[in-house]
Parts: sequence; structure tokens; C-alpha cells
Amino acid sequence: MPAGLGARFQPRFFEANYWISLTPMNEQIATQPPEIVALSAPPSLLSSSWTRRIRMGDLVARGITFLAALSVLVITVALAWELYKGSVPSIKEFGWKFITQKTWDPVFLSFGSITFLFGTLITSVIALLLAVPVGIGAAIFLAELAPRAISSALTFVIELLAAVPSVIYGLLGIFVLVPFMREHGGASLKAALGFLPIFSGPNYGVGVLTAGIVLAVMIVPFIISISREVLLAVPREQREASMALGATHWETTWHVAMVYARSGIFGSIFLALARALGETMAVTMVIGNTPQISASLFAPGYTMAAVIANEFTEATGDLYLSALVEIGLLLFVMTMIINALARLLIWSTVRKQGAAA
Amino acid sequence: MITPENLDEQESRIPQMRFDPMQAEEAEEIPQLKTENGQTPAITLLKTNLPEGRSPNRVLQAVKVSTEHLNFFYGQKQALEDICIQIREQCVTAFIGPSGCGKSTFLRTMNRMNDLIPGARVDGSVLIDGRDIYARQADPIELRRRVGMIFQKSNPFPKSIYENVAYGVRINNLARSRKSLDEVVERTLRGAALWDEVKDSLHKSSLALSGGQQQRLCIARALAIEPEILLMDEPASALDPISTAKIEELIFELKKRYTIVIVTHNMQQAARVSDFTGFFLIGRLMEFGDTRRIFTNPSKKETEDYITGRFG
Ligand SMILES: Nc1ncnc2c1ncn2[C@@H]1O[C@H](COP(=O)(O)OP(=O)(O)O)[C@@H](O)[C@H]1O
Ligand SMILES: [Mg+2]
Repeated sequence: MPAGLGARFQPRFFEANYWISLTPMNEQIATQPPEIVALSAPPSLLSSSWTRRIRMGDLVARGITFLAALSVLVITVALAWELYKGSVPSIKEFGWKFITQKTWDPVFLSFGSITFLFGTLITSVIALLLAVPVGIGAAIFLAELAPRAISSALTFVIELLAAVPSVIYGLLGIFVLVPFMREHGGASLKAALGFLPIFSGPNYGVGVLTAGIVLAVMIVPFIISISREVLLAVPREQREASMALGATHWETTWHVAMVYARSGIFGSIFLALARALGETMAVTMVIGNTPQISASLFAPGYTMAAVIANEFTEATGDLYLSALVEIGLLLFVMTMIINALARLLIWSTVRKQGAAA
Repeated sequence: MITPENLDEQESRIPQMRFDPMQAEEAEEIPQLKTENGQTPAITLLKTNLPEGRSPNRVLQAVKVSTEHLNFFYGQKQALEDICIQIREQCVTAFIGPSGCGKSTFLRTMNRMNDLIPGARVDGSVLIDGRDIYARQADPIELRRRVGMIFQKSNPFPKSIYENVAYGVRINNLARSRKSLDEVVERTLRGAALWDEVKDSLHKSSLALSGGQQQRLCIARALAIEPEILLMDEPASALDPISTAKIEELIFELKKRYTIVIVTHNMQQAARVSDFTGFFLIGRLMEFGDTRRIFTNPSKKETEDYITGRFG
């Protein structure tokens, strides 16, 4: 039965690099390949065609997998290089001002990207704030509390949701969420929390908050699905150890299963964040596409991905185009930095609290 | 079948199985056997004419756990059949038997760990201190605080050494301050003979420890909430001989304060550490009695075959 639990776990939505950190350290050690026995075998055996074939197979396999791994690296470097090359005119023209300046004026060819940076970050933060508690809560329910049948049925639906194209979410946003925010949601938020600057100002329905909510809906299936899987992969021995100490089911879930699964759960959150940062279609349909920084979450905004998609086709002139490419470069760098920070966070918590999971 | 009555018969070579107040007046107390918080144990320990080499407290100990016609089912499959046994306080009771015969299942009925398995069902009763732990009003959480468990595969939490030991204490709100928690951690780690090895790395990961150290950490973790009974399910089966010896030494220490029930597939180990031994075969307790008698003069053919290595 414990083996069965382990085998259930398939990192379906995982990028390969998150996967490593899910394996408990002791297992990683345990699964180190044994020394190659053939090395100590008598010479007559070594030269037999059978061993040679094995070795050739090893070499070929190693070569192919190495090339596969290398291609990822090559693509990444090429991407960065192309983005950089394309943004050189813009970098030359604006320098650091490109990051700090608010104006985005294709007519007078004056470009600054801070409004887009802000839009991307704020929508992603809103999305995470909404999606993380919901996602983890649902994952705990599905993995720990729900009866098996309900759990698998719900999980199936959730995994369907994760596969829905983002433009569909955008439509949902336009036809359902925007009217709702305009007529009910925004008004009640204002009534309750209107004294806060973030809930002040006119409410058109489209805006940063609406975009954040749509993003949250889009990323929540990822968080649920992955977190549920890592929770199910917590060994039975861990739970039993806790229960045997007089812990309740909930205490065991919270203090043991969650701790064991934490790096996988972090992984799901960062994967969701990466998706939120790069999401284009759904956001551009509901955010209002206005390059501005406003304290109010009801105000329209603009994101990096959205501006690239919207303006690339109509960008006339090298500088305009180059400015858009530089936004792409910034988005790329930002995603890298956030990923690195995520890695660092996982690494430091794992090191502090013990090395499993 | 072994009942409380014929258990005593089987023990007839040992004088004074039962606590006898007349005898008690004549005998002298053994002073060093006091529990840590200064209370004398419930039963006065007596020096009697013991068989040589055996601990004095075994003979006169009160019954801590007893089962009456205990049956256990995994769904349709019966795993334990009509187990009647009495386990004595501050003794080590070992269970041996071929694998799959229900030793672990029996152990886990004593802290209701089997409750967690869907479809598992208990019939009959398990009494601890005379109270039925499967009674309707009995609380399994409360029970597990009193009955600690060590598992076959050491299973420390992926937390620091300190946090592993502190876990049960925190969960059960047993320490009032950080300082008293520190004290509990140190005392328990000393109790589990691990302190000297880990005192400089308390806040490092428990998974960096060796297998034997991890198992002693698990023992410390169980001891930290001061259970009365310690259930050990093949605690040394995955360990090397040196680590095993350390665990066995530890069991000798621990039995002064705890009732220890240990499952082992290693008969030498059962013979070394236990005062009483029970032999399980296909869900039944074939024979139960004084360890020395079981190993030198078993009354059942099956027991003899097993301990002489003819099967299992
Ligand atoms: N969770 C379970 N579900 C169903 N059957 C089980 C379960 N655990 C153990 N069993 C069965 O119960 C019997 C006793 O098992 P166990 O108590 O683990 O034996 P032992 O510890 O003596 O090796 C075995 O036949 C085993 O297959
Ligand atoms: Mg077993």
C-alpha cells in the first residue's frame, strides 16, 4: 500500500526542474546507480561482445539525452540573445529611463515601460493572493478529506479546467465578470472597503482587479492539481508517525503532510505565478489596456505581455518595434529573476527545516 | 489457548507470580527503582528468590495491557483470532513469528493505529489499566498519547532534530515555555542515548542522521510525550549490528520506566531483550510465557519448530 501511494504521483504539470526537488533526499541517495559491475569483472568478460553492446547502448543513450538537454539551453540562450539584439536601438535611445519612465507615446516616440511592469506585477500579485489560499485549501480537501469518489471526480474536472485555452477565460471575463464587477462586485467592495485607496475611484468593470480575478481563476487549477498530487505522495509512514504521537487528522495534515509536501506546493505556486506573469490573451480582454499606474484596483491598466501582443502588428518604425522587444526582454528577465528567487526560497526553507520533499 | 489462568501455570517455575501482601511485608524494598518524578511505582518492588540473571521487577508487575478474545479483520480477511493475553508493566514483552502472522496488526490494535485503515474491524476488547480502549467513549487521540509507537522503518519528519522531538510536545501542549521545551528535548534525547551525538546539530535536518540515529530519534520523539507504553515494530530490522546493539541497550534502560512491547523477527533479539515472549502463527497466539522458558522448553510443537528454525 505505501508503494501504491508513491506510484500514484505523476508530476503532470511539472517543468522538469521542479521535479527533482520533489524526491526526498534520502531516496535520491538510495537511487544512486550502483557501481558498474563490469569494471571488476575478469578481462575475458569485459571484451565479450555482450558487454560491449551494453556499453555502446550506454554511450548512445547518454549522447541522445545530452543533446536533448543541450537543446533547452541553446533555445534559452538564443532567445535571450535575440531579445537583446532586437532591443538595442531602444536601449541606446532610452537607457535606464526605459524602465523608470511612465510615458508611452508612439507618436512622439517616447517610450517607458514602468506602467506595464506595474500592471504585470499587480495583476499577478492579486491573482496569487486569491488563488493560493483557494488552491491549497481545495488541494487539502481533495487529498485528505474528501471521499475517494468525490475526490477523483473533482480532480478530473479541475484538470479539464487547466487545459481550457486562455481566450475562453477572457470571454468568460468579458461576458460574466466585467458586468458583474460593474454592477455588483465593485459596488459592494466600495461600500465595505471604500475608505481604502485601492478600492476608491470610478469602477468601469474592466480593470486591474478584474484581470487579477480572471488570472486567479486560470491558475487555481494548477495549484490544486499539483498540490493535491504532492499531498497524496506523502508517505503513509509520515502520517502514522504523527498520529501515533496523539496528533489529530488535521494536525497531521497541517504540520506533517504540508511540511513534507511544501517544496512541491511552492513549486505549484511558482508555476502558477509564471503562467500569470506571461498570460496575455485573457488579461488583455479585461484589463482596459490603458498604460497608467493608479492606486485604485478598479482603474484600467496594461501588462507587458498585453502591450506586446496588441501593438506589435501596428508598430511602425524601428524604435517603436525595438521598444516592444525590450519590453519582451524585461518580461523575460523578470520571469527569470522571480524563478531564481523561488528556487532560493525553496532551497532555504528546505535547508532550514530538513531536507526532504 | 492462553488465558490469564494458565499463563500462571506456565510460569509455575517462577515463584510468586501474583502480588502477595504477606510476602511483601517480609521482603525488602528495592530503593533505586523510583520513577523520575519521585513517585514510587504502583506496585512495591520486591526481592524474591528470582531465577538468576533476570530483572527483579518482572515477576510482581501488575498487568498493564490485556486483551480478551480479540479478533481483528481487514475487511473480510481475519488477521487475528481470539487473542487473550496479559502484558505486564515495566517488562519487555516480545512477539515473534513468521511474517504475515499478525504481529504488527496485534501491536497496532494497542494504540488503535488500525483505525486509520479503511475496512478494518476489531472484535473483543483491549484493556489498558483495566479500561477498554475500544469502548465507545474512549478517545484514540488520548490513547495514542499514552501509547507510543516506533515503526519498522524509521520515519523522522523532514524537520530539524529539535523539531522532531518537540513535535509531540507542541501538539499536545505539554511545554509551557520555550525553556521547558528545550529541557524536554535535551532530557528525551539523553534518554534515547542520542544527545551526545546530536547536541551540536539540534537545528540541523534529521535526515542527515544515520539510520540507527534516525531510529533513536524516533524513539526520542515518542518518549518526549512521556507515554506509559512503548510499542516497537521490528525497530532494528533495518539496522546494522552496532546500531541494533544500541537500540537493545536502550530497551534495557527504557523498561525501567515503560511497558515495552516489541515485535521482532530476530529470535536472538527476543531472547536478549525480553522478559516475556509470545509466539504468533497465522493470526493466533500459539504460546506465551517467560522468555527463557519459551526458548528453552516450549510447550507447543510449532513454537519449537519455529525457534529451532525449522520453518518461518
Ligand atoms: N492494511 C492491510 N489491509 C489488508 N490486509 C492487511 C493489511 N495489513 C496487513 N494485512 C494482512 O494481515 C496479515 C497480518 O499482517 P501483519 O500484521 O503485518 O503481519 P506481521 O507483522 O506479522 O508480518 C497479513 O496476511 C497481511 O497480508
Ligand atoms: Mg510486521
